[in-house]
Amino acid sequence: MNIKGNIRHALVLARRNLIKLVRTPEQFIDVTLQPVLFLLLFVYVFGGALAHGSQHDYLEFLLPGILGQTIAMTSISLGQNLNADIDKGVFDRFRSLPIARSVPLVGAVLAEFSRYLIVCVCTVGFGYVLGFRITTDPGLLLAAIAVAICFALSFAWVSVFVGTLVRSPGAVQGLMILLVFPLSFGSNVFVNTSTMPGWLQAFVKVNPLSHVVSAVRDLMLGGPVGSQIGWTFAWCAALLVVFFPLALRGYLRRA
Amino acid sequence: MTDLAIEATGLTKSFGDTRALAGVDLAARKGTVLGVLGPNGAGKTTAVRILATLLRADSGTARVDGFDVRTQPGEVRKRIGLTGQFASVDEDLTGTQNLVMIGQLLDLPAKRAKARAAELLEWFDLTEAAGKMARTYSGGMRRRLDLAASLVGRPPVIFLDEPTTGLDPAKREDMWDVIRNLVGDGSTVLLTTQYLEEADALADEITVIDHGRAIAHDSPHGLKRVVGGQRLTAHPIDPVRYDDLVTILSGVGGGTPEGNGRGSVTIQVDGDEVLPDVVARLRAAGITVDELSLHLPSLDEVFFTLTRTRSGDDSRDPEELFS
Repeated sequence: MNIKGNIRHALVLARRNLIKLVRTPEQFIDVTLQPVLFLLLFVYVFGGALAHGSQHDYLEFLLPGILGQTIAMTSISLGQNLNADIDKGVFDRFRSLPIARSVPLVGAVLAEFSRYLIVCVCTVGFGYVLGFRITTDPGLLLAAIAVAICFALSFAWVSVFVGTLVRSPGAVQGLMILLVFPLSFGSNVFVNTSTMPGWLQAFVKVNPLSHVVSAVRDLMLGGPVGSQIGWTFAWCAALLVVFFPLALRGYLRRA
Repeated sequence: MTDLAIEATGLTKSFGDTRALAGVDLAARKGTVLGVLGPNGAGKTTAVRILATLLRADSGTARVDGFDVRTQPGEVRKRIGLTGQFASVDEDLTGTQNLVMIGQLLDLPAKRAKARAAELLEWFDLTEAAGKMARTYSGGMRRRLDLAASLVGRPPVIFLDEPTTGLDPAKREDMWDVIRNLVGDGSTVLLTTQYLEEADALADEITVIDHGRAIAHDSPHGLKRVVGGQRLTAHPIDPVRYDDLVTILSGVGGGTPEGNGRGSVTIQVDGDEVLPDVVARLRAAGITVDELSLHLPSLDEVFFTLTRTRSGDDSRDPEELFS
């Protein structure tokens, strides 16, 4: 296996995806306006009621959650774009070149790094405008962003898999929303989970999004840094081990 | 057989209940053009996709430049260029970006990838459009960029799947010149087409396939001998002179003149030497025509002739008849 060559090829194709992203700027709406909108909605509509009148307290609690939720939502368009892209002639060209089969998929995921970075910057930046403040230090803030992006790049493979599986971009969106909504609401993203029924708490505890959000909260707001990060990375590894081969298989079957 | 750049035996492929290939043999000697002639749905594209390692055959073997497409696909991919029926370029990238990307995927250093891109764009007359997105290109420009993209790595074997379908006649001639140049450089080309004229203009040998089977393999000359060479078609301005025209054409060609129902008459002829003779006879008879053309038989005529002349009994397996 020529790992260096594969990485170089993946970066070449990541560049291709970046060029395509930049050519269609509306593709950046979900990573810029969406976290802003969700922050505003939840802080000012629900915040007062949920945090006994203190919208600032709720903002502190919510922001890491919105980060996790937006990352999950953002992954949807990756599968959609890939689904539309994969049937185009240029993928025949990729298949006829002496490059590893997985390279076009890896390239597409790597290009998403830019969008995930924008999500983090927009969410934290707009949070600061609203009054959000980290209580740890900038180093741990960067660590929080790194953990979030690692998770995002792993979760992306679920979307890639769905993108290779179904026939149309619309179907990718439909399926992914069915997955993303329970994950983001059946979690600690929006509220403290102590009032949830036992069976739901059991789900929340294993929900990967809960772990990412907890890890990010710990890193931004000062908590016992460690176990939640461990769980997050365990989930990253699990997602990669399961969905990378599945996505590759789906892609090869599509030829 | 080391002098064969492409060698396929007994390829079969089904998609669900549809049998795309039912046992096709193909062979192309190094440095020659193999024309694969057939109508839509004959299995041409499927055969190309198998040879280019994009699809796996259900059975049969194929070697490209000496390497087995099933067991050594990586080696095959290093040696082929593929230009698909639908231009396989990225529409959101510029001409240069498309070619540089391919170059980098073929492990050319950035500088050489750029140089190679510029060289190919120049060759294909795309230098002016090099910085524009491919989606703004005309059909002909896209095809040229597509072909350029398959040549970045100077592959010894090139697959051209209907490279001129949808191009207007002038653009088609341009494309033919490009393809002739490729072969001049020593590459082996497998070209699929729906036009006998195109296969005749470019190919050293022609395999005719239909319903997933090779029904004839011959040189263009040999094939034309079977299907009757050229046709001469004329259309009188005055419909009243139709019968006189038929009489005159009967005197120059072989077989019986056939009408097309719209006032034109077509007859098989031996070569273009008859043309001055026809013109002289028409003038002598005072018949003016608004169409007078020499052309090769259409694909329909080729199939009609191949099946008529070689089989008295339609129910027989065409493969037996042509072996």
